[in-house]
Amino acid sequence: MSTTLKKEHRSNRPARGGLATFVEAIRQGIWEEMERDASVFCIGEDVGVYGGAFKVTDGLLDEFGEDRVIDTPISEAAIVGAACGAALMGMRPVAEFQFIDFISAGFDMLTNYAAKCRYRWGANIAAVFRGPCGSGVHAGPFHSVNAESFFLNTAGLKIVEPSTAYDAKGLIKAAIRDPDPVIFFEHKKLYRLPRLREELPEDDYIVEIGKARIMREGRDLSIITFGAQVLTALDAAEELEKEGLDVEVIDLRTLSPLDKTTILNSVKKTSKVLVLHEASRTGGIGGEIAAIIAEEAFEWLDAPVVRVASIDTPVPYSPPLEEYYLPQVKDVLDAARKLARY
Amino acid sequence: MKQQNPTSSEAQQDVNAPKLTCTSETTLKPDGMLELYRYLKLTRLVEERLVNLYRQTKVVGGVFRSLGQEATAVGSAYALKPEDFVTPLIRDLGAVLVKGIRPREIFAQYMAKAWGPSGGRDLNIHFGDMSKGFVGPISHLGDMIPVMTGVLLAARMQKKDLVALAYIGDGGMSTGAFHEGLNFAAVQRLPLIIMAEYNYYAYSTPTSKQTAVKDLAEKAAGYGIPGHIVDGNDIIACYEVTRRAAEYARDGGGAVLIEAKTYRRKGHAEHDDQRYVPPEEIEWWEKNNDPVDRYENYLTEKKISTRERLEEITTDINRELDEDVAWAESSPMPEAEQAAYGVFDNNTVPPAFRPKVLKR
Repeated sequence: MSTTLKKEHRSNRPARGGLATFVEAIRQGIWEEMERDASVFCIGEDVGVYGGAFKVTDGLLDEFGEDRVIDTPISEAAIVGAACGAALMGMRPVAEFQFIDFISAGFDMLTNYAAKCRYRWGANIAAVFRGPCGSGVHAGPFHSVNAESFFLNTAGLKIVEPSTAYDAKGLIKAAIRDPDPVIFFEHKKLYRLPRLREELPEDDYIVEIGKARIMREGRDLSIITFGAQVLTALDAAEELEKEGLDVEVIDLRTLSPLDKTTILNSVKKTSKVLVLHEASRTGGIGGEIAAIIAEEAFEWLDAPVVRVASIDTPVPYSPPLEEYYLPQVKDVLDAARKLARY
Repeated sequence: MKQQNPTSSEAQQDVNAPKLTCTSETTLKPDGMLELYRYLKLTRLVEERLVNLYRQTKVVGGVFRSLGQEATAVGSAYALKPEDFVTPLIRDLGAVLVKGIRPREIFAQYMAKAWGPSGGRDLNIHFGDMSKGFVGPISHLGDMIPVMTGVLLAARMQKKDLVALAYIGDGGMSTGAFHEGLNFAAVQRLPLIIMAEYNYYAYSTPTSKQTAVKDLAEKAAGYGIPGHIVDGNDIIACYEVTRRAAEYARDGGGAVLIEAKTYRRKGHAEHDDQRYVPPEEIEWWEKNNDPVDRYENYLTEKKISTRERLEEITTDINRELDEDVAWAESSPMPEAEQAAYGVFDNNTVPPAFRPKVLKR
């Protein structure tokens, strides 16, 4: 590649901070980390020449070269495995799944290799495994999954899912600097959502992994959620406010390890809890959160913990079907009103 | 480079054949040849100690033998430079020893002791030592091929000139991870040497039920890389073919697949009664094609060593093993609460202690 061509492509460098979408925030974060630390590199399908299916890695190849921006065969086991091997050598890989649905093809490498290395022989795998998750864009059963529950029962994997541009950038940077493997879910519906555009600081910052954020303070009822459902919760909270209900919305941001303190403090404050998530209900993270609350804050509860989640089916394609599948604002309103009356 | 071992059905017809030795052409000097012998014999004797410890119920899990196929691991690993990496299978203890792991570590690990390299958290040779170029395997066969591909990608980014040697078997080559890893390494022209050990059985399943190819080396064509077949019980041949493969890989040729024809004389692990193997088959390999016997014949016929000298080496090994077994036996078991540590960096995430239920 000629130097002149490289210079032309330099315009691709994202701004440092400024007004940014969710996807741009992640791209900024990865770019800055690659500039800061020569051991950071990207690996995945179509991440180089094409810049990633969602353009998260756009421009990286021209800036950092093909040794550090590696287009792979369609081989998720190889992507995860190679990231692990490179991490053992002291590198900090950022591995992309083109859609998070394909993480199932790297499941063995993640759960048996990446997750257990430190525990078994003290060799940490400082690697990020990231990709677009989530439903609501009519992408059907194989491009829509929310996969956090597949991994929650595996010790050794951190799981992160931001809901704002600020957090997305701060958390991807924290994930890249983390000494352990981090699965980083990016809800694809948020990537270019105008509502999420926000002014980011110019300075380097991170958002600490393991800390939830109170998106909206309230006294009457807590909605505990994360990812794109934070928006559903905020919309519902606004509606409920008109009815005189003061709703607190917690964005978990990190799903493993869970920020129990923030969850329990909110429960102690409002005594009524609605857990909202986009993955199917059965075996979902909502059950885990409800169990934590039942064990550790039972006395503070004035009502059963309620779960609002997707139904127990694969994610259907057709818009009316998918709408039925997903939790909607009206489902949250329904559940919240019943909880309030309980 | 093509050599054909007798197959199990041909085996019985060869009883009166002359005693096998090893390939005579080698770049090894006499000192190297004797060091190689030491590792070969060490491998066999470490395993014999492990069987003793197992019978005394001092080994917590199973014992996995490489009896009869030790030359493959020892000869190939010995061809690498210290900075190169290996990832063995369970039956490649010899490669681990060549990379400088001490027998005491192996004993303590098998006995689930606190002083073992994983502190009692994992079994047998499931550990690693990056400083010695040893990346331990996991039980899931094939998974280490993509991992070694990543080691080599990193080495390229770090401008380190090294090769990696990954062992796999006729069974492990059936996995998807093997294919994905080798395909990726081949595409990237990474210096990955695959040592495919054809040892006739994957647990009880014969190779004919793993693959429809006659020779595992044929599979190399599917990856656009060279494939070689070597007599896996000829330690000199294993050394030479790996040395040449490493040169080829190091010079930018990319990945290489070597198939070593050998034979697993013991069952999958010590508990396995091998009912699926005709007893005369094992007997033939033991009598006619034992890699230690072959190398001893070679060393003495070529006057590299006397039988007495080889005996001295063996005595010396046994002295070391007495000490190492004693050391491992003297290790305490791990403290129970150690189970909670080290899932994550405990400076970031606290240990996973058993929580107190209903703490009020």
